[in-house]
Amino acid sequence: MNLAIRDIRYHRGRFILTSLGLGLLLGVVMSMGGIYRGLIADALAILHANKADIWVVQQNTNGPFAESSRIPEDIKYRIRSVPGVAEASPLSFQTIQIERHGKPYRFFLIGYELSGFGGPPEIVTGRGIRQKHYEMVVAKAMGMQIGEKIHLGLHDYTVVGVTGKIVSSSGDPAAYVSLVDAQDIQFKKDNDAIRNDRERIGANLASIQSLSPVQSNYLQQNIAGITESTHTVNTVVARLAPGANLHEVQERISRWNHFRPISDAEQSAILAKGMIEKARMQLGLFRMILLVISAVIISLIIYTSTLDKIKVIATLKLIGSQNRVIIGMILQQSLLMGVIAYAIGYGLILLTYERFPRRIVLEAFDLQMLFVIVMLICMISSFVGIRKALKVEPSEALGG
Amino acid sequence: MDKTMYSIAVEKLTKIYGKDETAVTAIADATLQVKPGELVAILGPSGSGKTTLLTCIGLINEPTHGKVVIDGTTVADEGWKGGIDLKRMRREKLGFIFQAHNLIPFLTARENVMIALEINHLTKREADVRATELLTSLHLGHRLNNYPSALSGGEAQRVAIARALANKPKVILADEPTAALDTENGKNVMMLLKKLAVENHSAILVVTHDHRMVEGFDRIFQVNDGRIIDEMTNAPAGGSHELG
Repeated sequence: MNLAIRDIRYHRGRFILTSLGLGLLLGVVMSMGGIYRGLIADALAILHANKADIWVVQQNTNGPFAESSRIPEDIKYRIRSVPGVAEASPLSFQTIQIERHGKPYRFFLIGYELSGFGGPPEIVTGRGIRQKHYEMVVAKAMGMQIGEKIHLGLHDYTVVGVTGKIVSSSGDPAAYVSLVDAQDIQFKKDNDAIRNDRERIGANLASIQSLSPVQSNYLQQNIAGITESTHTVNTVVARLAPGANLHEVQERISRWNHFRPISDAEQSAILAKGMIEKARMQLGLFRMILLVISAVIISLIIYTSTLDKIKVIATLKLIGSQNRVIIGMILQQSLLMGVIAYAIGYGLILLTYERFPRRIVLEAFDLQMLFVIVMLICMISSFVGIRKALKVEPSEALGG
Repeated sequence: MDKTMYSIAVEKLTKIYGKDETAVTAIADATLQVKPGELVAILGPSGSGKTTLLTCIGLINEPTHGKVVIDGTTVADEGWKGGIDLKRMRREKLGFIFQAHNLIPFLTARENVMIALEINHLTKREADVRATELLTSLHLGHRLNNYPSALSGGEAQRVAIARALANKPKVILADEPTAALDTENGKNVMMLLKKLAVENHSAILVVTHDHRMVEGFDRIFQVNDGRIIDEMTNAPAGGSHELG
């Protein structure tokens, strides 16, 4: 006869409520793990979507996600000519926060060459960008509909397609525009600024006595062309040809001045280990604290439940029950509580994880590990009750 | 004396709690024997040492001095005898009935009896059959699946008796079995014990402080201040007068 099950059956209300409370706690522990995995998934989402082998960025920087990296767009031609490189495409990244419907609206804008790669990985609704200007594909999380317009920089952009779950490393949903549009949004000055610059350059050149008006005019046009240029990108991503040696390609690009070729693995490490390390540690600490709280709660519940059963335990001992029957009763109850609480926590997180503001990624390994940890906690916690039970004297069954 | 003919044989049993100045003698030089099928009472006021005597015989408390023989096996002789599995002895040879019935609250009447059988290695099916038989014989056939909280005091005590009888013990020890019952139910329980002692050929030792409940007992030991001060055989009704 299973005494643990009988006791639970009899005190089912109390047991269910206790398990529910514990289940909520375990649900939070699971969500913390899910948030951590979500952080990694978010951080690597753009990397995975691009499927690039090499990220060429500004020298002495850690790339566009970690710090500011600006390189000339035309470096793409040089990269394409490196032996082993199959294709190279320039990309522009910027975080934008605007006011929309009276609320702050933040997203991560990616500019890509329409003939290259690095654009939206899939189109869920609508279509991809076909025109060079003023079209936009947004991530589902941005909540925009096809045909909606949004004002960025100097122009309005129309949503023509919706892509899946693409977010920046800080969790902001991504939006895609053509590279030219992205460069305009990021670098193009407004008309007043352009006029001011032209006037200033013109005045400076006019003050040079040795220049003829024709020369001065020619120089002014050229200088304005340079200062007004928006042909700057944050990175050029490259894919290697089959069989190409990554290190050789990296080595070759490293020899050029002003550029740093980062492999996909290095970029992943920068994003996953560098940028979210503190968040990981914080979440890990929270999980540990919550697990310790769970352990204390389970210990207390099992201990008080054992205290409630002192007379029962004494009676069992008096009628000759083996210790394993009593230990089994306490241990099984503790483990059952853990299993039920885990199931409640899992059910809860399964029902709610898509409603979390940040991505929750539930990985089977994490959940299995948590289950093992919960079972261990239940076992260890039950020792408090078992110790108490083993100290109970059979004589305590006597008397009123 | 030939101890093998007794289910319980106690000789010069002494139990002292504490040491030196704090030593308290709970029972001193108690000697008694109970034959199979005999119903014997230990009668005495509260604090007289009767429960201590019961716990020593019930293999719960180790006697300080003296000898305890249960069903021909010497279990204590100046302390516990080595090599005796006390739990097993309690399981197989002894049955206990308590003042407050001590039924396990989360088990039904049938399960409360079954647990004693399963502890003694009977299969679930065997235990079920035996528990049902026992409870039915004690007129509790309609209460098999009731929890103790749904039973009356008398019914609960009968379930406790069924549990004590489950493993067909040679000795049944009852600690104030009528204390929580009204007079009528108390007398019914005592009559039942008397009947069972004869039917099962078990020695039944009942500890009580209530003189009214010992009517029909084969023998009564009067205990006071830790000593057996009197023994009465075939006590008549209203035994308290004779023992006073």
